[in-house]
Amino acid sequence: MNNSAIEVLRPGLSTSIQDLGRTGYQQFGMVVAGAMDTFALQIGNILVGNERGAAGIEVVLMGPKLKFLRDTVIAICGANLSPMIDGRSISMWRSQRVYEGQILSFGKPVDGSYAYIALSGGITTPLVMGSRSTYTKAQTGGLDGRFLNKGDVLPSGEPNFDKYGKQLHPEWIPDYNKTGKIRVILGPDEEAFTKEGIHNFLTKTYKVTTQTDRMGSRLEGPAIEHVDGADIISDAIFPGTVQVPANGNPIILLADRQPTGGYTRIATVISEDIPLVAQSLPGKEIAFEAVTLNLANKLYQRRENFLKTLSKIV
Amino acid sequence: MFEIQVYGDRGLRITLGDSISKETNDRIRSFSSLLEDENIKGVIEWIPTYTSISIFYDPALISYDSLRERMNSLYENISLIDVPPADVITIPVCYSKEYGPDLTNVSKHNQLTEEEVIKIHTEPDYLIYMMGFSPGFPYLGGMSEKIATPRLSSPRAKIEAGSVGIAGSQTGIYPLESPGGWQIIGRTPLKLYNPKSDHPILLRSGNYIRFTPVTEEEYQTIENAVLMGTYKPKRELFKGGEKG
Repeated sequence: MNNSAIEVLRPGLSTSIQDLGRTGYQQFGMVVAGAMDTFALQIGNILVGNERGAAGIEVVLMGPKLKFLRDTVIAICGANLSPMIDGRSISMWRSQRVYEGQILSFGKPVDGSYAYIALSGGITTPLVMGSRSTYTKAQTGGLDGRFLNKGDVLPSGEPNFDKYGKQLHPEWIPDYNKTGKIRVILGPDEEAFTKEGIHNFLTKTYKVTTQTDRMGSRLEGPAIEHVDGADIISDAIFPGTVQVPANGNPIILLADRQPTGGYTRIATVISEDIPLVAQSLPGKEIAFEAVTLNLANKLYQRRENFLKTLSKIV
Repeated sequence: MFEIQVYGDRGLRITLGDSISKETNDRIRSFSSLLEDENIKGVIEWIPTYTSISIFYDPALISYDSLRERMNSLYENISLIDVPPADVITIPVCYSKEYGPDLTNVSKHNQLTEEEVIKIHTEPDYLIYMMGFSPGFPYLGGMSEKIATPRLSSPRAKIEAGSVGIAGSQTGIYPLESPGGWQIIGRTPLKLYNPKSDHPILLRSGNYIRFTPVTEEEYQTIENAVLMGTYKPKRELFKGGEKG
């Protein structure tokens, strides 16, 4: 392969290729997958001059060791997992040149769970149903539908050497350690819960458990009480939907969620806050705050405008 | 029944019924087909289920209020169109001991012979109410209570893709190799999910499937044809009528 860009020297914990997900097939039961933190991946892509939805490498807590097989431009965004080039630490949220033979590795996790390596030209493994995202449970997308292994070689598109040294303004860099509130829009099954149940959900804190993965974040805390049972006729689930099964503990559904589920849905996390949920490590306390659709849409529009503007000025 | 709800900041949910029924399923299919023809800018995709359609949209391209208005006016047309025609897809199943290790359980539980279980299982056309759970998995309705059997008390760690099973009064097919507690009575050589194919998912909601028994030899022949990409599942127009 003459477009070989990266060789995997050490694979890391669950390193995978992800883009913005495989939309359009949920009505056939297909899981969307895609980056857990779509904001970080999009910023990375913009900083290296890619389309926002280009495929990058998702790194989880224990990062891989990768060798560049050609000169290119990269940016690391998302969780700070202490990225290094040839053993020297590099800045996050910034694009920089790297050269053939250089080695990218990661050290101690500082904050967050998921980091993204955006590479100029994007990772160009084959498109499956319009996406390169890896969904391991159905061996679909990415590299043979699996996490990366030692010895894998990843292809990329032609790098663009005009875009480097671009840094995201600190104001826009998320603080994953901050104990802010996660904003939600209540429903669609709000009526399935007692007043006390909703009250607990919106006033108490819920701790992220170790049973948290790409499918969803499982929380525990004061029980969210149902009026009459936790089961519904199987119905649609969206990114950020908060399901509450009979045990009263919320589950926030993320990238690898199934398109449908059978538990009551108390709320859905607003788009802007989904990356913050995804980046929350086990043990972190989450508090929820209900907002109006109007406010959520304003925030969505603001972020969308920001990403569009950034694409133009980089 | 027609109710529209906010579902998160990128979702709109339409309730079209309050229980699992063919009538509701017909309305959902009609509405889906109107939605498909409309090709609304900003609508990314939708998920039809037993009683609802949930639309995922991009609020930067269309607002909730204007999408809701479009949905209301679409609904006015629902009675004007015919329910789209449905196909019946024949699913060959080998009900052997090897492929159907729990066929004996099901026959004993219902005091039937294994032949009778197969006969009852292959009799009806099963309506695909919705897809979900895993890629290509059909939620089927219409299985006879005569062969209803509880799930295994201890689930298997591994069930092969294509396994056909019974759980309570439901029947289904595993599209992927996975753990599971269904009573496995046979296996189909067809791939319900094949990401390498141009049509990665074999089934869709609103259609019907019909199981037909095949021998182990026929299973092998079909499996080879499927691998070669030359197998065309039998598809015919559903003519209605509730068999079985």
